[in-house]
Amino acid sequence: MRHVDEYRDQALIEPLIAELHRSVQKPVRLMEVCGTHTMAIFRSGIRSILPAGMEIVSGPGCPVCVTSAAHMDAFIDLADRDAVRLAIFGDLFRVPGSRGSLAHASSRGAKIDVVYSSMDALDIARNHPDDLVVFLGVGFETTTPGIAATILAAHRQRIDNFCVFSTHKVIPGPLDVLMQDPELRINGLLCPGHVSAIIGAGAYQPFVDRYRLACVVAGFEPADLLNGLIRLARQIAQDRPAVDNIYTRVVSWEGNRRARELVDTVFEPADMEWRGLGPIPGSGLKIKQAYHHYDAEQRLEIVIPDVPEAKGCICGQILKGQTTPPRCPLFGKRCTPAHPIGPCMVSSEGTCAAFFKYGADT
Amino acid sequence: MTNEPVSDQVILLDHGSGGLASQQLIGELFLKYLDNPILRGLEDSAVVDNRPGRLAFTTDSYVVDPIFFPGGDIGKLAVHGTINDLAMRGAEPICLSLGLILEEGLPLTDLETIISSISEACKQSGVPIVTGDTKVVPRGKADKIFINTSGVGIVPETISLSSRQAAVGDKVILSGTMGDHGITIMTRRAGIALQGNLQSDTMPLHRLVARLLAEFPGSVHTLRDPTRGGVATSLNEIAAASGLSIQLDEKSLPVRPEVRAACEILGLEALYLANEGKLLAVVAPEPAPALLSLLKATPEGQDAAIIGTVVAGTAGRVVINTPIGGSRVVSPLHGEPLPRIC
Repeated sequence: MRHVDEYRDQALIEPLIAELHRSVQKPVRLMEVCGTHTMAIFRSGIRSILPAGMEIVSGPGCPVCVTSAAHMDAFIDLADRDAVRLAIFGDLFRVPGSRGSLAHASSRGAKIDVVYSSMDALDIARNHPDDLVVFLGVGFETTTPGIAATILAAHRQRIDNFCVFSTHKVIPGPLDVLMQDPELRINGLLCPGHVSAIIGAGAYQPFVDRYRLACVVAGFEPADLLNGLIRLARQIAQDRPAVDNIYTRVVSWEGNRRARELVDTVFEPADMEWRGLGPIPGSGLKIKQAYHHYDAEQRLEIVIPDVPEAKGCICGQILKGQTTPPRCPLFGKRCTPAHPIGPCMVSSEGTCAAFFKYGADT
Repeated sequence: MTNEPVSDQVILLDHGSGGLASQQLIGELFLKYLDNPILRGLEDSAVVDNRPGRLAFTTDSYVVDPIFFPGGDIGKLAVHGTINDLAMRGAEPICLSLGLILEEGLPLTDLETIISSISEACKQSGVPIVTGDTKVVPRGKADKIFINTSGVGIVPETISLSSRQAAVGDKVILSGTMGDHGITIMTRRAGIALQGNLQSDTMPLHRLVARLLAEFPGSVHTLRDPTRGGVATSLNEIAAASGLSIQLDEKSLPVRPEVRAACEILGLEALYLANEGKLLAVVAPEPAPALLSLLKATPEGQDAAIIGTVVAGTAGRVVINTPIGGSRVVSPLHGEPLPRIC
């Protein structure tokens, strides 16, 4: 497979592993921001070959993980309403709120369709004219352009029974909050590949300037990941932090201007609640007044309930990279992928799910 | 069944009443395709001639969506699935039952296509349907058609296959490429068109198993068909039942390029995708290469590969060695595989 196999080639990988071991000259603590990176690192077995002195913690880059229990409860309340039909991405289905999940709502008879693209939700709206189809907008910069395009398509095609419940989030805000946390002691960021395709590698320059943080934008194949870790270790060893983009086949310095224009047309910044991190000003996206007809919160007068996070769940600390899943008293006991308590376990890209699935002690 | 052309006819609640419409459905559709001396009697139960050996008995229900897919349909799947469940214990399949739950409004042409496909699958595998049942439920209470097939087979006295019999040093053989069925179904559901001739691998494996057991007596310790939950889940079950560990080599796992591509797009792993025409064989180490050669010479096993080894170690653990020289645990599937957001 072009653009995949060449980044998994053994002849390429072995020298990279040797180089990674040579690159670590003092202890480094890195954060991989993106959930897909988290899973890719586990899947390729990179954790089992990391050099001594290199530690990787997982950041807040899984959209499902950072969806607050309050928002999940609002989603579930919505699912239980008559004449509402939800369209969701699959990994939202089992995320727990304070009183069950959308899977439980489905078992009660709620109409929930798992879609692969927000455009599919428009087809569902066309096919169910008596229902109001609400797409649950959960995601980062990667997914918002598509959802903005869907709202514009609904507007153009005059599809009246469609709207979006936007809990979209943007990545730089919470990273800024995390980097201000003195306990975290992060030396470098493995910056997300997909998000960066939209916002551009240049979006991380402020982190270099403000926190002297090494930043490398990397892809998801083993060679990408190893290269990313090598570059981070070198920057830290030489004390020369910079933004290094090694995913140039997908990511440019400026990002995707057309995608950002789409988002700017439909959305505007809003304060947003992050699971585990709390409210962060300007870190979310709400639908602009010009498209209020497609804003589920306005159209259905949704009130976000005041809900505490699950008792004993330390997903917040895990999302901040302060601890690891095996140190959670619930991990693997009360909290498993089959019966998740916290969001990090339920999402296929969550840190706890990754530790549970791939194990940390091979 | 009525004066309407068949293309316009649909299943009505009446077809499940047990009355005249039911009789017509049985006589004009089911017997037309599935006729054999035992079924023809339409008695309350089938009486099947006995033969020496132990009885293997299995049941499975099929609720697949979509009901028609490249490489097969729900009917073919129901026949092959139950035959394979019998074969995995070393049984020779003798006969099957067919339970149909039909949703009111199902087009009769769809039902006819499925029954015809069942008939074809039975003929090709040499295993007849000898008893059956049909129920019709109101529209919305089922999804078009659900099928249950039970099967009876005979296990010769000399054969004893079980997941518990995997032993240290045994080789793990997979009879062909992983995930063809699972990814075909998921991409159809997602409306994703892929290049290549991707189709379900549904096929009966009883003849292949009979050959393996005849030519390598005593060498095959365990057979499993890695259906839902895929190869990963079946291997975890074998490891748990035997109290041993299994070590896989990721590079040796057979996966079609188009399946790999679809997995990349949908964020899935081929190890967890369903297969409907593949088997996992845990076999003694010495005859493993010869057994592999035999498999590769058959149409069912042409892409077979040795994918791992049974080792002492943490009981029930499956570990995979990755191409980059690392390793990770392969856990069983939790929940349905679902597409991701990112």
